[in-house]
Amino acid sequence: MIEISNVNKSFPTKDGTVVALDNVELDIGKGDFVSIVGPSGCGKSTLMMCVAGLAQPSAGRITIENQQVTGPVTDVGIVFQDALLLDWRNVLDNVLFQIEMRGLPKADYRDRALALLKRVGLASFENKYPWELSGGMRQRVALCRALVHDPPLLLMDEPFGALDTLTRDQMNIDLLNLCEGGNKTVLFITHSISEAIFLSDRVIVMSQRPGRVVEDIRISFDEERKLDIRSIPRFVEYEKRIYHTFRKLGVLSG
Amino acid sequence: MNGAARGAPEKRIVTRMADRLYPTATFIGAIVLWQLVVIVTGIHAIVLPAPTAVIESMTSAFGTLAHNALPTVLAIVVGFVGAVAVGVPLAILIAASPTFEKSFYPLLLGSQGVPKVAMAPILIVWFGFGFLPKILIAMLIAFFPIVIDTVAGLRSIDPNYIHLARSMGASRSKIYWRLLLPNALPHMFAGFKVAMALAIVGAIVGEMVGANNGLGYVLVVANGNLDMALVFATLVWLVVISLLLTGAIEVTERILLPWSRKSRNEGLARTIR
Repeated sequence: MIEISNVNKSFPTKDGTVVALDNVELDIGKGDFVSIVGPSGCGKSTLMMCVAGLAQPSAGRITIENQQVTGPVTDVGIVFQDALLLDWRNVLDNVLFQIEMRGLPKADYRDRALALLKRVGLASFENKYPWELSGGMRQRVALCRALVHDPPLLLMDEPFGALDTLTRDQMNIDLLNLCEGGNKTVLFITHSISEAIFLSDRVIVMSQRPGRVVEDIRISFDEERKLDIRSIPRFVEYEKRIYHTFRKLGVLSG
Repeated sequence: MNGAARGAPEKRIVTRMADRLYPTATFIGAIVLWQLVVIVTGIHAIVLPAPTAVIESMTSAFGTLAHNALPTVLAIVVGFVGAVAVGVPLAILIAASPTFEKSFYPLLLGSQGVPKVAMAPILIVWFGFGFLPKILIAMLIAFFPIVIDTVAGLRSIDPNYIHLARSMGASRSKIYWRLLLPNALPHMFAGFKVAMALAIVGAIVGEMVGANNGLGYVLVVANGNLDMALVFATLVWLVVISLLLTGAIEVTERILLPWSRKSRNEGLARTIR
């Protein structure tokens, strides 16, 4: 579905050119849940912005469904680290912001929005305002907003990075539930190794700047993905492998 | 949600009343002191009239004051509305077009070096005595903070909001109307409050320099007649007008943007916790 070939991205700064992405090659199949892990500043967010068409690669090309990305991709739902809710709209209207911006009829999507809110445990919260919600609740609203128009592709840039561990665990489960059977392709940026393994079909490991793809690991479990899975030997093996890679790159010592 | 932290409502009302009691007591104390100083020192009414004399003047000259308050309030309000009508679109142009910004913004900032009150005589030469020059002075003074705060408000948005909207295929005008402008409103109201206070100054200066009615005019005439009690009585009217008009903006903000204050307070509470 997504083909990233030879993508380079560099920024001019006053101390010279900074290379954020160095010859990134990556193919993502339809319906895959792919996570990218890497140290801070490795360019993983930049890569996501390029896939979304919100930033242009300096060289190389990105195609989605064989269409080269040249401007903002719209057949997509995006979640950032900050929930980015609108303070002047209640929960339901924040979810329907997606529909309004697209010029779709709001009435047609109201039920779907309410159903999504219910699935993430926000039933009866539709008339609350963002300031009345906790950080986790806000991010759940952002997740519903990203899914309300049923996009084939979901791009997520460290969406749970600012949440506490328990909330984060719950959000991981909610996300898997929401994506289940929906045939969605997900590109998920994170710096949490265990979150990446828990959620994904594939984990891509990126090096520190200039960001390159250094490892591409297929993840599969015989067991159902529940939080317990994080302590089974296979899960731990995946974790060890990724930690080992980071040690080899010099991102981690000891 | 935060019921426990905020305390019982009855207690809050009592606290609020106590909070108002302190400045009221100070104010009454100051008036009493003023009266005593006048009585004890026997200072002449041309220099400092006693509060009782001011109150007496307020009742005897009530008709004159009320009659002249009307054009003053009108000049302030029309000047303020004019400043909003010019300032907000100008700010939108500055925020939307880099070329426009480069061509006009530095000049606009530089023009603030001109003391606008000093423009009053010129405006009177151009537009004569009467209503127009004082409105123009009020507008001229009031419009600057509106432009500055609106531009700041339009730029205060996290760029990821715009990324998000663009990924939704939103048009530029939709991004402006549904995202940037509502987001700028709290900043704009901050500008409106300053602008209202300045419009009041502008209108009064306009009346003092060249008008044949209004409270500013009464002030000049009373001063010329050495009627200090009337000068003070006029000042009392101006203070009341000023409080009412700036209060009106505050109330409008609370009605239109109930989310603004609450989001800000919550954000603040979060950082403190």
